[in-house]
Amino acid sequence: MRLIPSISALVLAGVVFSPLTLPTAAKADSASAVAGKMQALPDGAAVYKHICQSCHMADGKGAEGAGAHFPALAGNPKLKAADYPAYVVLNGYGGMPWFAGLLTDKQVADVVNYIRSHFGNSYTDALKPEDITDMRPHLSVEEE
Amino acid sequence: MPHARSLPPTRRQLLTRIGTLAGSAALYQAMTAMGHATGTDFKGAPALKGAKKGTKILVLGAGLSGMLSAYELRKAGYDVQILEFQTRSGGRNISLRGGDSVTELGGATQKVGFAAGNYINPGPWRIPYHHQGLLHYCREFGVELEPFVELNHNSWLHSSGAFGDKAVRYREFASDFNGFTAELLAKAIDQHKLDDFATADERDHLRTAMKSWGALNKDYAYTKGNTSSLRRGFARPQGGGIDGAPIPSDPFAREEVLKSGLWTWMAFHERLDMQTTMFQPVGGMDQIGKGFTRQVKDLITLNCKVSAIHQNEHGVTVTYNDMANGGAVRQAQADYCVCTIPLSVLSQLDVQVSDGMKAAIQAVPYASSVKLGLEFKRRFWEEDDQIYGGISFTDQQISQISYPSHGYFSKGPAVLLGGYMFGPAAYDFAGMTPQERIERGLAQGSAIHPQYRKEFSNGVSFAWSRVPWTLGCCSMWTEEARKTHYKTLCSIDNRIVLAGEHASYVGCWQEGAILSALDAVTRLHKRTLGAA
Repeated sequence: MRLIPSISALVLAGVVFSPLTLPTAAKADSASAVAGKMQALPDGAAVYKHICQSCHMADGKGAEGAGAHFPALAGNPKLKAADYPAYVVLNGYGGMPWFAGLLTDKQVADVVNYIRSHFGNSYTDALKPEDITDMRPHLSVEEE
Repeated sequence: MPHARSLPPTRRQLLTRIGTLAGSAALYQAMTAMGHATGTDFKGAPALKGAKKGTKILVLGAGLSGMLSAYELRKAGYDVQILEFQTRSGGRNISLRGGDSVTELGGATQKVGFAAGNYINPGPWRIPYHHQGLLHYCREFGVELEPFVELNHNSWLHSSGAFGDKAVRYREFASDFNGFTAELLAKAIDQHKLDDFATADERDHLRTAMKSWGALNKDYAYTKGNTSSLRRGFARPQGGGIDGAPIPSDPFAREEVLKSGLWTWMAFHERLDMQTTMFQPVGGMDQIGKGFTRQVKDLITLNCKVSAIHQNEHGVTVTYNDMANGGAVRQAQADYCVCTIPLSVLSQLDVQVSDGMKAAIQAVPYASSVKLGLEFKRRFWEEDDQIYGGISFTDQQISQISYPSHGYFSKGPAVLLGGYMFGPAAYDFAGMTPQERIERGLAQGSAIHPQYRKEFSNGVSFAWSRVPWTLGCCSMWTEEARKTHYKTLCSIDNRIVLAGEHASYVGCWQEGAILSALDAVTRLHKRTLGAA
C-alpha cells in the first residue's frame, strides 16, 4: 500500500550515478501518484511477460510507431554481449524506463538470460545474479 | 504493503504518519489564513506582438502545447504551420466514445461499444483549480467546465487482508483514523509526554483542537456515540417520527485502522494537485482539444510522420512522410521550429541539434500507464451505494475505480474508470490482450462492487506504452536528469525550441504543456526580434 513511496523508489532507482538526488515522484507522476502491486516474478519468462512484453511484445519482435519504434529482441545483434541488455534493463535507454529499482539482481539476470535464449536467440553464456550486483548502480533511496 | 508488516508501528512511525496527515492539514489552514493562493506560475497570456512580417514558424505536434504555441505565435504576427502525425488533433487530450476504435502497437484493435453520450478520458481527466494557465484558455476558447469530484466520503477503500477483505467507507475509515489519532495526542498531552516538544499554551490549544478535529467525547476519547457517529455515520440512520432515533455505530478496531494502510488514501487527496475544487470539461476532456483546434484548425496538416528535423544558419527543414498520400516524402521549411513531439519519439528521430540537446532528449524515460473504461447497464454505485462521483481505492492492480462526475441519477448505461495504473501494474496490464485487461479489471473490481459481473456491458482499455505516437504516458524526470539536462532541454537550440509537459515542472499534467508552450514562444519571440 505504500504506493506513492514505491514510485519514488522507482524514480530514485533510476538516478544511476547520483546517490544524492531526491525523489521526484510528486512531479513526475502526480497525475497518477499510484503504482500498483508487483507481480510474483519467479523466472525470466515471468519477468518478460509481466514487464517487458508491454513494449517489446509477446513475440519479442517489438513494434513500429510514429517514426519511432520498440526494438525487436528477436535476432537483435546487440544481445551478443550479455552485459549490454543488463545495462539497459538497469539504467533504461531513451524513452525506456530504468528497472534497477524494480527488479532484483536475480530477476535482471533471469530476464537477460531469457531474452538471449528465446525469440530465436541462442546464446549459451548466462549471467548470474552476482554479475548484476557488480553492475548495479549505487543507489540511495530516500522516503518521500 | 503496511498491512503485510506483522509488527505494530513504532511510536516514531506513528507520529510520522500523524504528522503527514495532521501536518498537511495544519499547513493548508495556515496558508489559507495568510491568503496565499498556491498555484502554478501562470502570469497571464503573453500578448506577443511585432513579429517581423513573413517570419515562418513550423510547429511539430497538434497537442495542447503545439496548438497553443501556434495560436500565440500567429497572434504575434508569425506565419505558422502545424504538422501532426495523427489523423486528429489534441494529442494526449483525448476522449473515447461509442464507435471509436483504438489500435495499439502490437496490432490489437478495440471498437468502443459505449452507449450514446457516454465517454472515458484515457489521458488527462481532471484539472486542479490552480492550473490557471489551462483554465484561462478554456475560458478564452469557450470550453465549458464542471466540477470533478475527487474526494467522496462515501466511496470505498479496500486493502486485501484488512477488515476481512471487505471494503470500508472512506467516511468511516477517515473518521476513525482521525479520532484515534486525536485521542492518542490528547492522551500524550495529558500524560505530559509532549512537554518537551510544545509550550503549555500550545499543548492546551492542541488538546482543544484534537477534541473537535477528531470528534472526541467530553473525556477526550474516541468512542461509540453520537459525536463519532456524526462523522462516521450511524448504525441506524437518523430518522423522522416516533422511531426516528438513530443508533450510533461501532468504530473499527484501532489496530486494524492503523495496520490497514488505508490512510494512504487520506493523504492522497491532500496533495496540492488533488485538492478541491477540481474540474472537467462538460462532455469529455477532448472538448479542450477541440476548443484549441477551433483556434488553429486552418494551420494544421494531419497525417505527417516526421522523420528528420534539420537546421542551419538560414532556417529549419523538416522531412516527413505524408501518410495521407501513401507516405510520400515531403519537406517543410521555416525560419524557426517549435517541436512538441514527445521525447520518447523525438529521441529516435534524426534531429540536428547540439550534443547537449541530444543528450537531454535522450535523458527522459516515459512512464507506462493503463486505464480501463467500463460501461455498466445502470449506475449501481449511485443506486445501491449512494456514491456520486469520486474515487474508490484498492491495493489490487487496478488501484482505483472512479465514478462519473456527471449525469448523476440518470437511468441507463454509464461508464466508470475501472482501473488507473502506473508502474508494475501498468507494465503487466499493457502486456495483456485488451480482453485480458477487461477480464482482470472486472475480477478485481468485483472485490469492491459485487454487482460488477451482473451489470457489466462492455469496456475498453488504453495502454499508453502501446500508443504509436507517444510510446508511453508522460515524462519521468529524476532530480539528476533535471540538474544535468532540464535547462538545456528548454533552451533554444539555434532555431529549434521544444515544448510540452516534458519541458515543465508540472510533468504529466496539461498545465505543464500550457506553461511550457507559453515560455517557449515568449523566448522564441524575443530571439526572432533580436535576430531581425
